[in-house]
Formats: sequence, C-alpha cells, structure tokens
Amino acid sequence: MIPISLPRTALLAALLAIVLFPLIGATFYVQLGAKIMIMAIFALSLDLLVGHTGLVSLGQAAYFGVAAYVLALISPQYEAANLWLTLPAAMAVAAVAALIIGFLVVRTAGVYFIMVTLAFAQMLYSVFHDTKLGGGSDGIYIYVRPELNIAGFKPLDLENPMQFYYFVLILLAVVYAFLNRVLHAPFGRALAGIRLNEQRMRSIGFPVFSYKLGAFVLAGALAGLAGYLAACQFGFVNPDILAWQQSGVVLMMVILGGMGRLHGAVLGAFSYVLLQEVFSAPALLGAYAKHWQLVMGSLIVMIVLVFPHGIGGFLDIVLRRISYRPPSSARTDGT
Amino acid sequence: MFYLIQLLNAVQYGLLLFLLASGLTLIFGIMGVINLAHGSFYMVGAYLAYWLAKLTGSLWLAIPIGIVIAFAIGLLLETAIFSRLYKRDHLYQVLLTFGLILIFEELRSILFGDEVHGVAIPALLDYSIPLTDTLSYPVYRLFVTAVCLGVAGLLYFVIHKTRIGMMIRAGTSNREMAASLGVNIPLLFALVFAVGMALAAFAGTIAAPISSVFPGMGNQILIICFVVVVIGGIGSINGAMIASLAIGCADTIGKVIAAEYSAIAVYLVMALILLWRPQGIANKA
Amino acid sequence: MGDWMELNHNVNRRKFLTSAGVLTAGALLPKALALAQTQKVRVGLMLPYTGTYAQLGVAITNGFKLAVAERGNKLGGRELEYFTVDDEADPAKAPENTNKLVQRDKVDVLVGTVHSGVQMGMVKIAKENNTLMIIPNAGLDAATGALCSPNIFRTSFSNWQPSYPMGKVLADRGIRNVISLAWKYGAGEEAVAGFTEGFIKAGGKSVRGLWIPFPNVEFQALLTEIASIKPDAVFVFFAGGGAAKFIKDYAAAGLRKTIPLFGSGFLTDGVLDATEEAAQGLETTLHYADGLNTKRDRDFRSAYYKAYTFAPDVYAVQGYDAGLLLATGLDAVKGDISKRKEMIAAMEKAKIDSPRGAWTMSKAHNPIQDIYLRKVVGRENKLVSVAHKALADPARGCKL
Repeated sequence: MIPISLPRTALLAALLAIVLFPLIGATFYVQLGAKIMIMAIFALSLDLLVGHTGLVSLGQAAYFGVAAYVLALISPQYEAANLWLTLPAAMAVAAVAALIIGFLVVRTAGVYFIMVTLAFAQMLYSVFHDTKLGGGSDGIYIYVRPELNIAGFKPLDLENPMQFYYFVLILLAVVYAFLNRVLHAPFGRALAGIRLNEQRMRSIGFPVFSYKLGAFVLAGALAGLAGYLAACQFGFVNPDILAWQQSGVVLMMVILGGMGRLHGAVLGAFSYVLLQEVFSAPALLGAYAKHWQLVMGSLIVMIVLVFPHGIGGFLDIVLRRISYRPPSSARTDGT
Repeated sequence: MFYLIQLLNAVQYGLLLFLLASGLTLIFGIMGVINLAHGSFYMVGAYLAYWLAKLTGSLWLAIPIGIVIAFAIGLLLETAIFSRLYKRDHLYQVLLTFGLILIFEELRSILFGDEVHGVAIPALLDYSIPLTDTLSYPVYRLFVTAVCLGVAGLLYFVIHKTRIGMMIRAGTSNREMAASLGVNIPLLFALVFAVGMALAAFAGTIAAPISSVFPGMGNQILIICFVVVVIGGIGSINGAMIASLAIGCADTIGKVIAAEYSAIAVYLVMALILLWRPQGIANKA
Repeated sequence: MGDWMELNHNVNRRKFLTSAGVLTAGALLPKALALAQTQKVRVGLMLPYTGTYAQLGVAITNGFKLAVAERGNKLGGRELEYFTVDDEADPAKAPENTNKLVQRDKVDVLVGTVHSGVQMGMVKIAKENNTLMIIPNAGLDAATGALCSPNIFRTSFSNWQPSYPMGKVLADRGIRNVISLAWKYGAGEEAVAGFTEGFIKAGGKSVRGLWIPFPNVEFQALLTEIASIKPDAVFVFFAGGGAAKFIKDYAAAGLRKTIPLFGSGFLTDGVLDATEEAAQGLETTLHYADGLNTKRDRDFRSAYYKAYTFAPDVYAVQGYDAGLLLATGLDAVKGDISKRKEMIAAMEKAKIDSPRGAWTMSKAHNPIQDIYLRKVVGRENKLVSVAHKALADPARGCKL
C-alpha cells in the first residue's frame, strides 16, 4: 500500500482549486481572489522580516504604497503604461525607500524598531497626503491598466479579470518559490541565526547589520510588487494605501496564518480577507455589517489571548495528529 | 512679540503631547508593553468630555467624572487583558492593541456616529486677552497650558520625591530586583497602567474644546506620541518633556513656514536624533 | 480604514445570484422592444447618503425630485425610474459604483455627485461609456475644463467661480494686500486661485497663501502669523465643521476687530447655527443667497418646504436645476432619448429658470450665472448685491 500524506493531498487539492477557480467563479469572486493573492504577496514580504529575521516592522505598507504611487505617477493619463518598465521601476523605488529607511531603523531593536518603522511609514504618508506630489489627499486614478507586451505580442490582457487573476497567481508562485530558495540559501540561514540569537551571530563575526538591512530591502521590494499589483487592480491610489492601519492589517495576516512559515502568510491573507467578507456581509450581521471591524478587533484580541500560533500553527497540530507521517516541510518550532 | 506668541503656541501643543506621551512612556518603561491603543484613550477622553458636558451641562463636571471613568476603564483593561501581555513578545502586544483600536473606533462610531462635534468652552474662560494691537489670546488655551504644566510638575514630584515614585523608577530599571525587594508588582503595574490611561483621557478631555471631537482623532496623535517617546527615550519622563517641546516647536514653525512639510519636519527631527542617539536623548546607549 | 481595497460586494453578489434570471428576461425581449417608447427613462442617482456629506446628497435628491414632481412626474412625456447608489463620498469605490449604474442598470442619465474625488471617477466612466451625466455639486474645475465632454453637464459651479468675484469686491474697497488661507487640497487650491486671479486683475497687489493640510483644524499658529503680518484682509476657503471652527477661532483671536475676514460662500453655509455671534457680519460670495426676494425663489422655497418640511439650501437648488436641465433636454426630443445629439443641443441652449436666478450653459457645460455678495445677519446669508453678473468659468483646457 502506498502511504498517502493527507496534508500533501489537501495541498494539491487546494492548488488545483486555486488554478481552476476563475473558470467557474463569477467575476466578483475572481477579482476577490486576485485581491487575496496580492495581499498574500504583501504578507510574504512582511513574513520575511517578522517570521524569519525577527524584525517586527509596523510600517510595511509604506513600500507597498510607494510602489503603487510610482505606477500612478508614471502612467500616461489615457494610455496603458508598459509593464516591463513600470514594474521594475516601482519595485526599485520601493527598495530604495526601504534602503534609506532601513539604514536608520535597523540600528534600533525591539520596541524602538516597531515604533520607528511606524513613524517613518507615517512620514511617507505625510509626504503623499500633505504635498502635491501624488495628488494630495484627493489621490490619483489610474485610468488604464499597464500592458504586458512582449515584442508586440500580448500574452495576457490585464484588463480582463480572469487573465489578471492568472497573472497575479503566477507572480505569487514565483515570489513563494523565490523566498523558499532564499531561506534555504546561506543568506536565509544567517537570517534565521539572527532571529534566534543575534548576539551569537555578531560574536562569530557575521555582519548582522548588513544582513538585516538586506532582508529589509528585499522585503520592501516585494511589498512594492504587491503594491504595484494593487494599484493595477483598483485603478486608484490615495494616501490611505500606505496608512499605518494597512501595516497593521498585513501584520495581522502574518500572525493569523502563523508566522515563520511561508504558507502561513498565504493562509493568513486568505483567512483575513475572507473573514472580512463574512463579517461585512449584511446578510449575516444586518445593520452591524458596517461595523465589521468591531468583530474583527474582538477576534484579533481573542486570537492573541487564545491561539498564539495562529491558524497555521493550529492546523499543523491538527494535521500532524491525523496524518500518516509528519509533513516534511512544516516547521515545528512555531515562533 | 509674535515670536513669543508662536513660542507659546508651540509650548501649549508640546505640553499637551507630553500629557499623552508621559503615560505611554511610563507603560513602556515599567511594563515593557507597547500600547497602540494609547491614542484611543485620548479619543475616549475627548468623547467623554463631549458626552458628559452635554449631560451635565458643564465641562467642569465632565473633566473629573471623565478622569474617574477613564481610570476605571484602565484598571479593567489591565486586569482583563494587559496583565496577560507582560511576558509576551512585543509582536503580540502590537497585535492585540491594534485589535483594541478597531474595537474602540467602532464603539465610538456606534455610540456617537461619525460626525465632527464641537465642545463648548466653559463660560468662565470663554474670552480672550489682547496681547498685541491685532491679536488676542483665548484664555482657555492659557488655562490648558497651565494645567499641563501643573500635571507635569506633579508627575515629576511623584516620580522623583515619593516612595511610589522610587518603586516606579526601580521597576523601570530592574523589574526582578524591585520584585525581590518586596514591591507588589501586579498592583504597581495596574496602578501605573490606569494612571497612564487617565492621563491620556485627561489630555483628550481638556483638549476637546480646542480640537473638536472627531473619528480617528486618537490615531492621528498616537504616532506623534511615538515619535516623542522615541526621541525622549523609553521610560524617561524628562526625555518625554524635552521631546514634546521640541516637536511642538517643529510643528508650529513648520505650519507657518510651509504647511505641506510641517508633518514631515517632525519625522525628520526624529531621524536626525536617531542617527545621533539611537536610544533617545535621555538614555545613554 | 482599508477602504481602498474593498471591492463592491453587494452588487456583484446580487449580479451573481440573479444571473440565472437573465435567461427568462431574454425571452420577454420582443415585448420589451415594443414598449420602448412608453418605457421609463432610467435615471441613476449616485450621491452620498451616509457619512459627512449625507445631508448634501439628500438635499440634491429632494431638489431633483421636486423639479420632476412639478412636471407631473413626467419629462418629455415619459416617466422616470430611479436607480440609487450611495457613493459614501469614497473615491476608491467611485469607478465600481459608477459602473453599477452604467453597466448593470443601463441608466440613460447619470446624476451625481458631491465629492470631487468621486466625481473624477464618475467623469472617467461617463467619458468611456459616453453616458449622459449631470453634476449637481462637485466643483472641480477639470470636470468642465480639461476633462470637459459633450455628454457632461454641471448645474452647480466650478471651484473657481464663487471665489473669483470676491477678488474684485476686495480690490474695489481699496484692499491691496491679502492673506489667503485654505485646506491644501484640490477644492481649496482652485478656490484660492480663482480669488487671486480676480483680486490681482482688479488692482490688488499681493496675495500671500497660507495652507493647512486637509482636514486639519488647529489654526492657532496660522492665526498668530496672520496677526503678525497684519494684511488688509483675509480670504479663506473652509466648509462644514472646519468652517465653523475657523470662524470661532478667528473671533477668539481678536482678529475680527482688526483684520476683515472674507470667504467663498461655503464658509458660512450650513454652519450658522454652530457659530452664533462669531459669524455675524461676515461677507462671502456664492451663486445663491437668502432673501433674493424673487417670486421664483419664494415659490421654490415654499414648494420645497411643503414637500419636505424643512427649508432648502444651495444644494437643493443645484439638484432642482439638474432636474430642470434634464427636463429641457427630454422635452426637446419628446422623451426619445435615442436622439442624443438633439437632446444635448437643447441642453446646451437651455435657459434654466432657477430659484437662484436664470442662467445659461457655457460652452464647456458649466452655468453662466450671477454670483452674489452676501452678509451674515442672524442665521441667514442675506443678499447684499450682485458681485458679478453672468459669470462664466474660463474652462481652461476645454476643447469643446
């Protein structure tokens, strides 16, 4: 008898469902799916810092928002921008912002780090909110989505919700594989070392500052990728996109899914957006649906007090109990 | 003369920030808890002022009742929730207090709606005194400044001259040592937390007639308080005072010279100080 | 919070649920075609019905429906069917909300909205789909300027319009140096630009601009700055709660006694209950005023009061005029909305008999209207004089 791994089967089934979904789902749900995957990329970027390097950043939305603004600012008003130019540009600007801010914040630790990342993100918020650079508090519309053009041939039309969904799905897979690779490379192992015992890493001669800064910049660039996609999808950016609440939401996603696991970040994004959909559905909560954040807030408080390892940690325990053999990829040390 | 008046404006804003930031920095310093919901306490204070002033017809009644209510809420939150957070990672403190912000904002929306409300200045203080040929200064603003100075003085006295202040200072620098010396840590924590909450709410209450009460008012000021704490150094009341005044000046100057950049100027001050002293001006690295 | 990323759930869900019903509806199609001439005109009302601007949305809707009711609920011989969307004054949802009305409900004409950011999104969709649109409030200059379009009309004002005449009023009184103070956002900047242009043209010397981030209301440092510069006068653009607070703070700083304060009319509209004494005697310019004392205005006010049991404001007038404008268009083609060209031509030539005073359409489809100088007396913005007769927006960048 061939031993069947239940988690693997479940994973395969989930992957299949994600790939086939647009073929059967209504447009609204396809758009929702794309939004979830964009948030998953965003959560992955933060998990690199929080879960794998031990840097609790509360300003990740800054790099997400900066990249979104880059697209809005360099898009021609009534024509499609070129994706091959605008996407790298947006990610590069996000990375440079992360490099400058990281140079200052990575010198701090603990509570300081949390507050300083938050404060610098808020500084960028002020830049976009108070000055005319990005249309001020009014925001800017992006009238046409960028064009994916390879030597005159357009493999994907991003204006089409289904094709946009697949475009985001491919990018999510690429980012996931990339991070998986990075984390198993010496760079990733060094980050894990820093997370577990920074002092020891320093004393054996690791350039801890550079490694942390490297992780910070990489996370900024990936958040930028997510921000770029978000700007594509919604066609509108305003300062709220980089407000600190946005950073709080993505941190929530990382914890919800269980940090320090890449699949946890993805799971967290799915759970958070779906919970938000459920809580804000008038069918379920009637007039209180517009106060869905009350339910969400209570849930967050509950999770922190009762499930410290998030949904991912909870699932790991359940799956380990019912599976024939322990999943090889799942980490067991939790936080 | 006008420079002096602008300085007065700056000091007045700075002192209000100090009221808020002092509670925040105490809670950080003593319990090691990062409390994002501190700004919500400020909002709670402001809405209490609005509600109680309407109910009792007088801000003079609203202020003390508001402080008592805020103190009670503080004690309740400490025992029910925050006391479970002291040994947890900062990450979970961030998350839980983020959840609290959502809860406070939605409760505010359900109870008071999303409109901007004004709070009347008490008749006794509702006049202005002429300072120059063109400008008069509202007496209520002077009153707020005086009250903030009084509270700051009181805090300084309690922390540096009294037994409880000694315990607080001992708790900030070495928790285990203080506990082994027979300080009732749980009680001390509960008290400090409730006082911190009451200070924030008090700031909200007396600022309400100046600022009006509106949704999100707590979040706006929370980040600035973080900047104050970062600049001043965690746990340092003296540092918070210096930092509050510095931010008050940077903000006022910025507003007059270039409104677009006044908020940015505040963060730039923080960046420079971080480069110079990553642990804040009052703490030595 | 996080609003920018919220998709529009309800409608799309509904779309999903009712898509099964499309087939049965299709079976009835021939019958539906036969009914085309007697079919109702589909009017999409996209306005804020919740949040800060809710009252404005309601006033506009009331005004619009009053105009229709006065014509026996028929325009050009056809009844109207309303499709209503609450835009929540949220720009992030604007394209989606507009699409609901345009794509799903297939409205013949779109009426909305209040918030300029939302209007930008509506303009975009209306241009793309060539949907007939009437703007009953949002004043962004671009809507009848750089973004003007044959299918887009406005019955309110451009941000430039009410402020421009105030420049001449001040210059004529011998005022030479002015400080302007406004929220740093689109509407504030356009209002100040309009004022500055009018002031300099009429002989004013200098306007120094002070700004405050929107919607900040801590004015103290700026009031101190004003007192130290001692300009001949101050011109401001604020609205709603911020306006009420500014008026009170300005008086508390003692500046009312020494430096006269002027503003675009939004400063004193709808805030006089809150400001009481502090606002008395303030002069502002707007396209409507209390005490116009024309038969037209009196009739409108009593009819409005009868229908809704409260007094109309400038927003109700703008909504009412949107109804009148649509009536003119539909009457000209006898309700046959497919004769788009004739209908637009009629609307362009329309002379609207508005409660604010008769006005005509500019080339760019913005009202050419009288702007009134008003003075606060008690709780009213009393008419003082006509500050500028038949003022047309310059419509910069419009190629119509």
